[in-house]
Amino acid sequence: MAPILDIKNLYKNYGAVEILKDINVSIEQGEFLVLVGPSGCGKSTLLNCIAGLEPITRGELHIGGRNMTDVSPKNRDIAMVFQSYALYPTMTVAKNITFGMKVRGVDQATQQEKLQQVARQLQIEQLLNRRPGQLSGGQRQRVAMGRALVRDPKLFLFDEPLSNLDAKLRVEMRTEIKELHQRLGASMVYVTHDQIEAMTLATKIVVMKGGVIQQIGSPAEIYNRPANLFVADFMGNPAMNLIPAKTRANGVGTKIEIARKDGAPIVLTDTQNRNLPEDVILGVRPEDIGEPDHRASQTAQAAECMVDIVEPAGADTFVVMQLGGKHVTARLHSETSAQPGKRQQLAFDLGKVSYFAPDTGQRLN
Amino acid sequence: MTDFAIAPPRSQSRAVRIGLRWLLYVILGLFALYYLLPLFVMITTSLKSLEEIRTGDLMALPREVTFDAWKTAWSGACTGIQCDGVKPYFWNSVLIAVPAVLISTLIGAMNGYVVAHWHFRGANIFFALMLFGCFIPFQVVLLPMARVLGLMGIAGTIPGLIFVHVIYGIGFTTLFFRNYYVTIPSELSKAAKVDGAGFLRIFWSIFLPLSLPIIVVSIIWQFTQIWNDFLFGVSFSQAGTQPITVALNNIVNSTTGVKEYNVDMAAAIIAALPTLLVYIVAGKYFIRGLTAGSVKG
Ligand SMILES: Nc1ncnc2c1ncn2[C@@H]1O[C@H](COP(=O)(O)OP(=O)(O)O)[C@@H](O)[C@H]1O
Ligand SMILES: [Mg+2]
Repeated sequence: MAPILDIKNLYKNYGAVEILKDINVSIEQGEFLVLVGPSGCGKSTLLNCIAGLEPITRGELHIGGRNMTDVSPKNRDIAMVFQSYALYPTMTVAKNITFGMKVRGVDQATQQEKLQQVARQLQIEQLLNRRPGQLSGGQRQRVAMGRALVRDPKLFLFDEPLSNLDAKLRVEMRTEIKELHQRLGASMVYVTHDQIEAMTLATKIVVMKGGVIQQIGSPAEIYNRPANLFVADFMGNPAMNLIPAKTRANGVGTKIEIARKDGAPIVLTDTQNRNLPEDVILGVRPEDIGEPDHRASQTAQAAECMVDIVEPAGADTFVVMQLGGKHVTARLHSETSAQPGKRQQLAFDLGKVSYFAPDTGQRLN
Repeated sequence: MTDFAIAPPRSQSRAVRIGLRWLLYVILGLFALYYLLPLFVMITTSLKSLEEIRTGDLMALPREVTFDAWKTAWSGACTGIQCDGVKPYFWNSVLIAVPAVLISTLIGAMNGYVVAHWHFRGANIFFALMLFGCFIPFQVVLLPMARVLGLMGIAGTIPGLIFVHVIYGIGFTTLFFRNYYVTIPSELSKAAKVDGAGFLRIFWSIFLPLSLPIIVVSIIWQFTQIWNDFLFGVSFSQAGTQPITVALNNIVNSTTGVKEYNVDMAAAIIAALPTLLVYIVAGKYFIRGLTAGSVKG
């Protein structure tokens, strides 16, 4: 079957400014694609191009196997939820939801039936006669979802739909959207600048920066094998530790040397024989540095480090040290005995590390 | 205790404050009186008989209230050779002002919508030219306009005057609506486009229902301009199509017989009443519309 959405070599300019550069993405039926990146990187622009609200400058865009270049938004069989919700202020909730059907000449009975169905699904039945101005942020969000759901489109587009909600509601709605996706089996493209939202919702993530795609992959791929320093730094919280290091191949494996402020450098041995340049950036997730007894992994290597800061965070305690001239965070158990200003035995799990070239920022392993 | 310690300077400054406040009221009152005085003279004079005007004091209240002057002004005063009062001209003005106000407001709304939400090539230049139109003095367009009206075959007719006022008003109404519509988030029209609505549908169903405050502003502005216009009225009308401002001028300036100040005053008040009425009915929306911001979505 043809992919639901297929974008090939898409470019988008505003005047002389190139906003999107050589975008290639495709998704299959039922996939949940998340576009993630810092604000201003062109996520909304790409979504608007998919919706047909902005013309594309070059390239091809297919939805459901059909070339969309000259197809207007209303004929693309899509529905869109906007960041500001964009509810029609003078219409009631019911009118907001049925407006699209009314414009398309769907008969009254069908309109009412679908309205009731969606209202039940989203639990907004008691709000149908209110106007958007009389709703809370969360309720508006639901209505905006309702307006999209009622269309039953081939492809859903979401532009940061949760970014105007407070933290607690955001988490709740995130779960609801995920549940909705699983129940409907619908295809979705979802824009966010929040990497946690991306990780939790996506079946496929596209990381963007400055209008260029940095990496496409499943959440696990993106998290475990970031393609470059930008992705490594952007995805994950706390961010991946990116430590300048020197490497030396020694037959059985690779010696990795990390400078320290006080005392001799830490030397770790990566048992895999990798073909690395002398200077690398070592990428280690905070959870891959821990107390030795908690990390009885084959690939773990212990070293003694001076702890600078201890930050308890409930389930975990984060400790911060200085290694290779960088702040390095380790995720320890909440019952850790680590003390600021004291030395602490820590195990580095080298099974999952990433190596990056310092000059290009590209992944080396 | 501390209260007591700081009491004297505080009460002093309070006395000063109250004094200043009263001074302000007195000054404002004087200004109000000054501005109301002509209206007072007009109303009292219009209610006096000619006899009383000739013998009495300009400022005095009428000894005997009579509405004769109003009757004459409405249906008997002479404008040149005709003596039908201002009545026919009043209706001329209504026939000119109402369509001209509505049409120019509608076109302005449409223009504003296009300039603010449908970015087309040259939109900024188009809007700049529209703005420029607001600053062209009336006198400059008189001759070209006369020529255009002649070519269109509507010179000297009421549709001709409607046309002139619509053309001259579009610059202002476009400005009003454009400035109002740029505060409406573009996501609203995007949502409607995805919903399947087209250019006109979005205008009618989404933008117009949001526009009440700015419609009121546009109507008041345009009505005042058009109703009070004299220059276009006198230049582009002929006998039978003159607006009330022109008729008023003719009544006041017709020199046959005695000068009937009471009739002149009554006619002037009649000519001013509709604009007054519009302000009273819609005034509070006027201020609100001028200061109205965006629609919180
Ligand atoms: N209509 C426009 N004209 C010119 N530049 C624009 C326009 N819309 C967006 N941009 C620019 O395109 C870039 C990407 O914007 P956007 O797609 O909104 O970013 P994101 O949604 O990722 O925050 C920004 O630098 C923005 O300034
Ligand atoms: Mg955006």
